[in-house]
Amino acid sequence: MTAKTLRVTTPTPTDIVLTRVFNAPRHLVFDTLTKPELLRRWFGARGWRLVECEVELRVGGSWRFVSVGPDGLRMGQGGVYREIQAPDRLVYTESYDDQWVPGESLVTTVLTERAGLTTLQTTLRYSSPEVRDLVLATPMERGVGESYDRLDEVLASR
Amino acid sequence: MKQVGYALDEPERLDATFAALADPIRRAILARLAQGDATVKEIAAPFPVSQPAISRHLKVLEGAGLISRGRVAQRRPCHLEGRQLRLVVDWLETYRGYWAEAYGRLDELLDELQAGDDVRQSSGGREGQGT
Repeated sequence: MTAKTLRVTTPTPTDIVLTRVFNAPRHLVFDTLTKPELLRRWFGARGWRLVECEVELRVGGSWRFVSVGPDGLRMGQGGVYREIQAPDRLVYTESYDDQWVPGESLVTTVLTERAGLTTLQTTLRYSSPEVRDLVLATPMERGVGESYDRLDEVLASR
Repeated sequence: MKQVGYALDEPERLDATFAALADPIRRAILARLAQGDATVKEIAAPFPVSQPAISRHLKVLEGAGLISRGRVAQRRPCHLEGRQLRLVVDWLETYRGYWAEAYGRLDELLDELQAGDDVRQSSGGREGQGT
């Protein structure tokens, strides 16, 4: 049984690296990262849902998500694809409409498959250490209540 | 028994704390105070901003519960309040929670997609299988 634990590391002052193993071949994982009909089904925080999801999957193509959250709060984010090597690598820029994360970040996703398990490693590189630290502090902007709910569950499951 | 998060009773305080931390100078001040208590003058020394500006930052940090001011007349040394910072560190763990939860949904989706793949594979070769 694979431990489906998420590792969050900060190897440099501007980066956040998320690492997670999935029990699926990487072409499927790649699909869930790039196909709107699949993205809509998992992407985002609890209480938020993607109401717009446009993916122009080519180098130089753009992507745009709009999420609606608690109290009808809307959050738009988008960027441009820089590298696409299905099914093992995806690089794109990301910025938020309301600048709750200032500036543009670069997201590099690498998928490696071994014995039917896919490791998804996402490196989020921010424009400065200050922005990176702000991001680490920001999920509360999406609704601190939900986060506490999750915390509850995490605590309860122990 | 339902566990209650330790920070649940202080969401507003946490808001103030994160707002206070969202400034490089204020974080640098906290780093300085982690070395030991210091006066406004001592804190201001390495910064290219005025002492009144530093005082304003200190006020924000104090309002967020991240520092306290001593009562020694004139000097009023600043002191890092580790407890509030600890609260923030604990809260940051929920950044992981955000993604852990989204990835949990992705697990389910991938299981479902693979089940679909299995169906297609096991029915492979049989023509006319509905789509």
